[in-house]
Amino acid sequence: MECRLVVAQTNPTLGDLRANLEDHLARIDAAAGAADLILFPELSLTGYFLRDQVEEVALRPEDALLAPLLERSRRISIAFGFVERSPGGRLYNALGFLEDGRFLGIHRKVHLVSYGLFDEGRDFAAGERFQVIESRHGRFGPLICEDMWHTPSAYSYFLDDVDALLVASASPARGAEQPGPGLASERTWNLLLSASALLYRTWVAFASRVGWEDGLGFTGGSRVLDPHANTRAMLAERVPGAIAAVLDSGTLRRARGELPLRRDERPEVLAAALARHVPLLAALRAEHALQHE
Amino acid sequence: MSELDVQPELVSELLVSFLREEVTCAGLGRVVVGLSGGVDSAVVVALCARALGAENVLGVMLPYRLSNPESLADAERVARCLGLPTRRVDISAMADGYLGPAGIADARRRGNVLARCRMIVLYDLSVEWPGLVIGTSNKSEILLGYSTLWGDAAHALNPIGDLYKHQVYQLARFLELPAEVLAKPPSADLFAGQTDEAELGFTYAEADRVLYRMVDRRHSEEELVAAGFERELVRRITARIVASQYKRLPPVIAKLSRRTVGHDFRYLRDWKK
Repeated sequence: MECRLVVAQTNPTLGDLRANLEDHLARIDAAAGAADLILFPELSLTGYFLRDQVEEVALRPEDALLAPLLERSRRISIAFGFVERSPGGRLYNALGFLEDGRFLGIHRKVHLVSYGLFDEGRDFAAGERFQVIESRHGRFGPLICEDMWHTPSAYSYFLDDVDALLVASASPARGAEQPGPGLASERTWNLLLSASALLYRTWVAFASRVGWEDGLGFTGGSRVLDPHANTRAMLAERVPGAIAAVLDSGTLRRARGELPLRRDERPEVLAAALARHVPLLAALRAEHALQHE
Repeated sequence: MSELDVQPELVSELLVSFLREEVTCAGLGRVVVGLSGGVDSAVVVALCARALGAENVLGVMLPYRLSNPESLADAERVARCLGLPTRRVDISAMADGYLGPAGIADARRRGNVLARCRMIVLYDLSVEWPGLVIGTSNKSEILLGYSTLWGDAAHALNPIGDLYKHQVYQLARFLELPAEVLAKPPSADLFAGQTDEAELGFTYAEADRVLYRMVDRRHSEEELVAAGFERELVRRITARIVASQYKRLPPVIAKLSRRTVGHDFRYLRDWKK
């Protein structure tokens, strides 16, 4: 595996699908040729604090508006944020993964955030799985923002031996008190991303948006971390832009050889613990025990 | 070192980016700010000047015949130090045209009328200049309800509304604003000898520490008292916050239909299509 990755740090216009699509196309065209994959932030096609606009900007994967993105995915794979309308009419905060002119996968945000200044639980349906994207450029684990706060999200991809976590985010600025440096929300993201890279021995790509929506500022800080949590590329300024990094399997192999955490992981111990907390698992376990008496 | 201390450089950078983007998003590149000679409006114009260029920030001085002349002098000092274009509009005739014949002597009513006259002038100049009216209320004032509804509380954007008075001073020092503005006691200057702290009955330093713990950190009354704050002070501040909640929200609309403005018609101001 060797993936030439570009992470786009964008400032979407709230609810303006066409303007945001144009911005995507320009960035994709700038990256194509020199990159295999471009990763955009959470809800990059729509903006974040949509509220009642969620319904108005939702798209089916076959919507004609997405045709130019699908067309370009023949040259470069594209991971972008949008509101997905499911066949049953549910609306998801989604990350679409396009390759070779088709949807290779859609990650629906599993952990919606509904506290403090967030109200996603009101506006979106929650996704229910962490599904690896088997791209020609690697095996990717897509995650959206709050998914990262729940350790089973990245852990699930760790069990699946992904090459990289693709994290799309829209994180509002919070916590300007002393001592710094930077915002408390930015320091938290740094910890979350670094810990995931280290614990799961994986590449971590973080696409984080910038700009303001009604007084809420998004902090950017898009970056690529290697499996040792070294920063390989980072856009520290809170402005739109792009960064590039090459994700290679040699680095993964060395990191995993040095610390074979996946080899030594014991998911069955976790399964036993889960059975104590999830009634369905406990029931299945009991049934299994009966059958094998 | 106080637990309220912010990182002034970071805060300044964020607020400059906020002003630049939200003013531009409204389709304008210019702003109008009422310059009182106090620290709040001084910080706001300094941030606006950094964000948009001083030439795009109209500093408006709105003296009344009984205003403290030092307020005007300090406002001019701030404008000069930043190189702002200014306008001076004496609101005496305008205000007295109503206050005199109506025979209004009550200081609070008179103060509110002055604040609303100033609002009228600022919003009118926002058309002539043209530019957005930028607010200068800090978080301490907003939470304590120390403002005039549709007066100084009326504006399009407010860069300092999430900064306590203590933090505004910190930012003022970082922005190197004139020492005179930093040194004097805060005053709405709505009547002679008025100071915020005498009127409130406690100091901003006291209020800020309570507000920060209560609002930002969600400490209970018992926790605040256990931490050494006077119960009486905590209760007075709580009562002010609760009693002034109406000033922080849009007017109440009685719901009748399926979707109602103010209840479940949910769009941001930055709504685009």
